[in-house]
Amino acid sequence: MNLITLHEFKGGIHPPENKEQSTSLPISTMKLPEKLVLPIAQHIGAQSKPVVNVGDSVLKGEIIAQAQGFVSANLHAPSSGTITAIEDRVIAHPSGMSDICIEITLDGKDTWTEIQGIDNYLEADASELIAKIQASGITGLGGAGFPTHVKASVDESKIDTLIINAAECEPYITADDMLMREHANAVIKGIEIIERIVKPKHCLIGVEDNKPQAIAALNEALKNFTDNTFNIQVVAIPTKYPSGGEKQLIEILSGKEVPAGGLPSDIGILCQNVGTCFAIYKAISKGEPLISRITTVTGEACRQPQNFEVLLGTPVKDLLSATHTQLEQVNRLIMGGPMMGFTLEDTNTPVVKSTNCIIASSKQELPDPAMEQACIRCGMCTEACPAQLLPQQLYWFSKSSNLEQATAHNIADCIECGACAYVCPSNIPLVQYYRHTKGEIKQANADKLKSDRAKERFEARLARQEREAAEKEAKRKARAEAAAKKQAEKKATEAIAPATSADAPAADLELLQKKLDAAQSAVKKAKEKIAAAEEAGDSDKVALLKGALAKSQEKMKEAAKAIAEAKKAAKAAPATTGAAAVEMTPERMQNKVDLAESRLATAKKRLEEAQANNSEQVDALNTAVEKQQARVAEAKQALAEFLKQESAAPSVDLDALKQKVLAAQTRVDKAQERLDMAKQQELDTVSALQTGLEKQQSKLKEAQDALAEASK
Amino acid sequence: MKLLTLSSPHTTRSFSTADVMRLVILALIPGIIALTYFFGPGHLIQIFIAATTAIVAEAGILKLRKRPIGFYLKDYSALLTAILLAISLPPYAPYWVTIVASGFAIIVAKHLYGGLGQNPFNPAMIGFALVLVSFPVPMTTSWSAPSELLENGISLSEALTVIFSSRESIDAFTMATPLDEYKHLVAISTADEILANPLFKGTEQSQILLGWEWVSAGFLLGGLFLLWKKIFTWHIPVSLLVSLILCSSIFGWDSDTNVPLTLHILGGATMLGAFFIATDPVTASTTHLGKLIYGAGIGILIYVIRTWGSYPDAVAFAVLLMNFAAPFIDQYTQPRTYGHKKAVRGLAKKD
Repeated sequence: MNLITLHEFKGGIHPPENKEQSTSLPISTMKLPEKLVLPIAQHIGAQSKPVVNVGDSVLKGEIIAQAQGFVSANLHAPSSGTITAIEDRVIAHPSGMSDICIEITLDGKDTWTEIQGIDNYLEADASELIAKIQASGITGLGGAGFPTHVKASVDESKIDTLIINAAECEPYITADDMLMREHANAVIKGIEIIERIVKPKHCLIGVEDNKPQAIAALNEALKNFTDNTFNIQVVAIPTKYPSGGEKQLIEILSGKEVPAGGLPSDIGILCQNVGTCFAIYKAISKGEPLISRITTVTGEACRQPQNFEVLLGTPVKDLLSATHTQLEQVNRLIMGGPMMGFTLEDTNTPVVKSTNCIIASSKQELPDPAMEQACIRCGMCTEACPAQLLPQQLYWFSKSSNLEQATAHNIADCIECGACAYVCPSNIPLVQYYRHTKGEIKQANADKLKSDRAKERFEARLARQEREAAEKEAKRKARAEAAAKKQAEKKATEAIAPATSADAPAADLELLQKKLDAAQSAVKKAKEKIAAAEEAGDSDKVALLKGALAKSQEKMKEAAKAIAEAKKAAKAAPATTGAAAVEMTPERMQNKVDLAESRLATAKKRLEEAQANNSEQVDALNTAVEKQQARVAEAKQALAEFLKQESAAPSVDLDALKQKVLAAQTRVDKAQERLDMAKQQELDTVSALQTGLEKQQSKLKEAQDALAEASK
Repeated sequence: MKLLTLSSPHTTRSFSTADVMRLVILALIPGIIALTYFFGPGHLIQIFIAATTAIVAEAGILKLRKRPIGFYLKDYSALLTAILLAISLPPYAPYWVTIVASGFAIIVAKHLYGGLGQNPFNPAMIGFALVLVSFPVPMTTSWSAPSELLENGISLSEALTVIFSSRESIDAFTMATPLDEYKHLVAISTADEILANPLFKGTEQSQILLGWEWVSAGFLLGGLFLLWKKIFTWHIPVSLLVSLILCSSIFGWDSDTNVPLTLHILGGATMLGAFFIATDPVTASTTHLGKLIYGAGIGILIYVIRTWGSYPDAVAFAVLLMNFAAPFIDQYTQPRTYGHKKAVRGLAKKD
């Protein structure tokens, strides 16, 4: 009798159970196969890494592939023998794909390696227990294959209820049922170990009520545990698919829902499969790693359907022959249950940690699917959906690839239980539509992420290019301004030059001279004419000619004046241009200083002589000495200033060095960017770009060193 | 050994779309028996005409659309549409009315929209509405009086004559439906006076409606059978009937001025509409809450059109009007998905 209130999950179906076929015989052990094939990826998380080589001999229970990272699981040799291959083989996967497998050719001795359980494990630390579980490579045996140590490493204060999933709601499968019937004590001990780790307030074992013998066995076993400190309780739940779905079982037993995108631990619940509890018990108490599991082999083509304790890696064909399966009758070979399992294409596919069932079905049993008909929106799928989705809306969205609406209608919450497709009167393979759409959504999201990154990169590049262009433009402008300034200065000097240049006044001088000559001859002629007129006694004419003469004389005077001015200017000009033309060098400046000093010395000498002679010239010489002293000072100052300017010159070099460093930096950045891009897109230019980057970095270093040196 | 590669689930329930249609047709039988018992063989003849037309039309259009004819005909959907249409039509309507209605239902209302599952409107009701609007005279004068009111009942030959050739003898046995009759009489008479009319009074066995309550009971029985078989959920029929009852009780409590509740429920096509027409899954709302709104909308519209409209019955128009709204209702009545705090309302917004 149940002591807790059961809740009902919405939806669900009642497919034919087909469980009794495989429960008539007890769990049997297979005879050792010749070879075992062990895929290195039998769990969710990172692939484990082979730690053996071809030709190595291994003992039963020896580790052959090491977990990579925390969410990963070890793999052990299920029996003793020799490693004969590490290569791609067909694995248990819906697509029938291949992956790396380790093949062990068994020696038939089945010799154990040294194994060690934990003594007094009920007193052991949680961390010690988790470490042992991790070392034993235990994963969830219900189907998903999530590493158990990861699940168990939950903050113990969070867990209120431990739920053991023994519902086994899928038709045909009886592995858990038979396990509970035959190993109820070990199962309860395994549960005790988990309780020591996560310390829940109570523990519920959920079993569908179509397994009365298993329920009885568990209750019987519980009687032996007088110190039932963690309050373990077996709960019979109504048989309804998919009650064994983690979320559904939690809803049935607690009435709570696991939040979308969350974990059961978010609502204080930890869920473990009953088979996992058995594996944990074996690992902790005896030290046996996970090397075998209980698998149901059933289906109409099997003459003797039953459960086996199967070594991992056993090929399915060995199981089929052990059950005397009529191979020619097998139409569909399913790994897992008929609702969520997948078909196998190859009987060489090995049994893995999550293989709970093999169904060799005949054509009559699971007929080929009928032709898909039009959806009449009957809504039977909606009634069946345990996740309270709208399967037919999702179907329309899937069919039209309307990913946006499919996402908005929570397609991500579909657990792919198959209840909708089971009830669909139009034979629509709904789950397949949803899987496809989920894949498309995943792809679209990945593409979006990629394009977003590319966009970001592109924008960054654009910004960088703009910045560079702006910098270039600024530089160009500065250069242009400088050039313009130079030009203007040049023009200004040119404008002054004509007045000071020696050539132009010379030409002017000639012109003026001609004018003067002309004026002189005009004066001469006018005087002659006056003389002739006076002779002729023409007084009127004389007066007129005298006026003209006066004018000519004035012109002559002007011309003479202009010439005098021009000559004066021409005399001054060479002096200024000459001073400007002399290039200032420190040597010349020094010469000047020396010259001035020597003059000063001479002046001083003369002054002394004059003073000694008591000459009248003393005063004049005194002034001369003072003058010479001033000149020396002037020359010295000029030299000092010139030297100062000279020493300021290297600062120009510093700027250039800085520019160089900046340019090198930009190049390094660019190279880095390209390398990142290549890495992201996994191009094969990565190594080349890497060397390029290193080169640029060394160049940058050089530039920086040079700059540091210069600024000292 | 050749192995099939298929996606899960590998097992499905052996219950097909054809099975659904067959069950619905089966569930119509009690109602059809009652119709035939009280109103003569007219409906059976109409079913035959409508079914033949529908199957020919379906086959023809499937051929035009290059679809496998046999595969689609075997789903019984055309037959069901034809039967629903035929029992909605007046039993002695001329044959061409039925042919037009049935042909239009299949060709236009069903296939031009894309065939089974794609039609936004109930094809049978589209056919019915078309002929009701186009041919009002034969549509309102072809209801027979209950056979108990006729001396010799209606023979098959009489029925065939009226439907296929001469309509001269039709006045001998046609009569308005009680709903129509009451609606017209209530303006000038009191309830007692109307109920004294032989159409309502009848014989000792059938106290008020003379046959119609048995027809409604027949459809109710069939509807309950389908409910039990989980062909549809309770939401639409219940909300439809409840809203109609509420409207009638609130607005039409006075039987001296309004059609009484019993007549609303039992006197017309209410039961047929509630269990067989409104529940047509293709055109109805599909979420639980949506179905409640959809059914209630139909119930209210039935009352509104019957009371203030000019048509004698209103199931067809009420259903068609709500067909318009069904996709919209669905978007705003999504259930709360497991693990989510709130239900999604409306479609995802476009960025």
